[in-house]
Amino acid sequence: MSLLNLAQDFLAVAQPATEPATAAPDVVTTGEAVAFWILGPLSLAGALGMLFARNAVHSALWLVLTMLSLGVLYMVQQAPFLGFVQIIVYTGAIMMLFLFVLMLVGRDSSDSIVEVLRGQRLAAAVLGVGFAGLVVGSLAQAFTRVDSVGLAAVNSSGGGNVANIGEALFTKYLFVFELTSALLITAAVGAMVLAYSDRHGKGEKKTQRELVEERFKGDRPGSLPGPGVFATANSVATPALLPDGSVAEESLSALIETTTKERLADDVADVAGTAHQADAHALTGSAPSKEGDK
Amino acid sequence: MTTAELLADDPIWIILIKVVGIFAFLVVMTLFMINWERKVVARMQQRPGPNRVGPNGWLQSLADGLKLAFKEDIRPVLADKWVFFLAPVISCIPAFVAFSVIPIAGEVSLFGEKTSLQLVDLPVGVLVVLACSSIGVYGIVLSGWASGSPYPLLGALRSAAQVISYEIAMGLSIVGVVMFSHSMSTSDIVQAQSNLWFVVLLFPSFAIYVISMVGETNRAPFDLPEAESELVGGFHTEYSSLKFALFFLAEYVNMVTVSALATTLFLGGYQAPWGGEFMNTGWWGLLWFVAKTLFFLFLFIWLRGTLPRMRYDQFMRLGWKVLVPISLVWIVAVALVRALNNSGGFSQSQFLTIFGVVLGVLVLLSLLLPDRKVEEDPNAVPITGGGYPVPPLDLEVPKAPTRRTPVVARLPKEPVAVTASKEASDGDV
Repeated sequence: MSLLNLAQDFLAVAQPATEPATAAPDVVTTGEAVAFWILGPLSLAGALGMLFARNAVHSALWLVLTMLSLGVLYMVQQAPFLGFVQIIVYTGAIMMLFLFVLMLVGRDSSDSIVEVLRGQRLAAAVLGVGFAGLVVGSLAQAFTRVDSVGLAAVNSSGGGNVANIGEALFTKYLFVFELTSALLITAAVGAMVLAYSDRHGKGEKKTQRELVEERFKGDRPGSLPGPGVFATANSVATPALLPDGSVAEESLSALIETTTKERLADDVADVAGTAHQADAHALTGSAPSKEGDK
Repeated sequence: MTTAELLADDPIWIILIKVVGIFAFLVVMTLFMINWERKVVARMQQRPGPNRVGPNGWLQSLADGLKLAFKEDIRPVLADKWVFFLAPVISCIPAFVAFSVIPIAGEVSLFGEKTSLQLVDLPVGVLVVLACSSIGVYGIVLSGWASGSPYPLLGALRSAAQVISYEIAMGLSIVGVVMFSHSMSTSDIVQAQSNLWFVVLLFPSFAIYVISMVGETNRAPFDLPEAESELVGGFHTEYSSLKFALFFLAEYVNMVTVSALATTLFLGGYQAPWGGEFMNTGWWGLLWFVAKTLFFLFLFIWLRGTLPRMRYDQFMRLGWKVLVPISLVWIVAVALVRALNNSGGFSQSQFLTIFGVVLGVLVLLSLLLPDRKVEEDPNAVPITGGGYPVPPLDLEVPKAPTRRTPVVARLPKEPVAVTASKEASDGDV
């Protein structure tokens, strides 16, 4: 088969509902096989990568690869709606929430490789291999015997893929559908109840408005005067001066007022200019002699 | 003959031409948009804007793009090597893919081959755009995480929350359109609007879509993930050279795509603004489509030139508490109307009469509602228009005392003099 034919075949598979007559749904066409042999290994690689990646975000990204491959596989298998919903819901929303949480945890948190339970690895390996054997065996049995029934009819009659899904969901499976949504709503409400905190409880943060109103109800609506910084000095200990030159009592910092004079001695000397002055010439050691020369 | 059937027998070379054409269209639109945006915003701010490179400055963005490509590509030490490289690619590819389902024009003849100016027509076409936008966010989120510095991470977190919230509103706004067109295929949606555009029929949906499309593309006033005044550059702070150019490209291509989708969903796609038979044939569709898309792109620029950036909590409140509830109520209303219509119990005039009566009764009932009791708080504080308290009217301001001569701080003069002499001597040496 030439490459061009193959590509056309592939496109025919990619647009299933538009052309139900050309490709019978139960026959695996070349395009479908090619798509499978590309996507199958990719999704497997994603799954293995998710298991073996050390970094949690890398794990999540590998899982995204698997989900995308599965989504495309659904499309190839003539279920375009399922494929895109898989991408939108799982890849777009759920994995995004995973990533959101992982980022909040921090980027350098890798898995701990310290063994906590003794013999855990051996038990896990035995059980895992056993389980895999069971699954593969039963699936192989199922796949070799089951043919799709009525796929062509569903995709071509009564408005096609999407309309039929909608009809099945809202007639035959309505009760199950509503039950699922009730479950999800219960979960959401439960999470909200658990996370809810009363803002007006004890020790909670006040809003900007509450703070402002409190201030206005008090004896001083305005803000306190700032210290006289930069007027004559650059120390916060400098008091603000009222227009008549007297010291504004409110501008005095309680913290500084209660500090002993000895502890502030350095700052006082600094403001007064009597402290030790940095001198660049002291670094070379030759500056004083130069001055002396002159 | 439906669009899907028309597209099904396209030979491979026509598909290739369309792919290249769409790519070229999007890239040229990006170059054009950057220039146009700078010029329009400049005009709004009463300055000329770029006017040096090329005729009237229209090649400025091309020159900037070339310069960007030759800049040094810097990767921070703390960056995650592969993810840092992958992020701009992930953000760029879906932006282009999404455009493949947009019907640019109806049936045309391309080199003697009858086809439709649309790459592919899927029965779930609208979902393709939503899926692509949800993949595109990965680019932004991963770039923020992989940069290994706090500002990009904050931008990425904002972006993730923003897109999840606004995608819900966007999806809900599309539901109304799908109900009326009976299809999710983009070309069917355009066909369904041949009598009346959905912007008239579903105006609330249109308004919600336009708001959420601005939120979805991270454009002003919703550009919180890259808020310059708070986060330096947001998610792309650490990016440079071609990687940064890819983010730039993805943002503008996304703008074009959501504008094209808005055109398709609400403004009748490639159909002529008035029902002309001749104007609706062949390549004329391209003209109408581009004109309508440019209208939305101008809206983006206009918003950017007009509105200040929203605060984050206001933005989230708008999404969850305004857009989503309104969408839900509107969908229920639309479903009700359609159900009544389909049951065939009412003619259009009967329906409008009932609607008017119900509306009138609702208005009368709302008049009967008692006014909300204003709580009399004895300690209440007078409040300004902005809602914040004002000082009491009888506030007593103390009288200013007479000024004395300023007090001069009695500081020791000696050290100052010493410094001065030192400096003088330095000058001599």
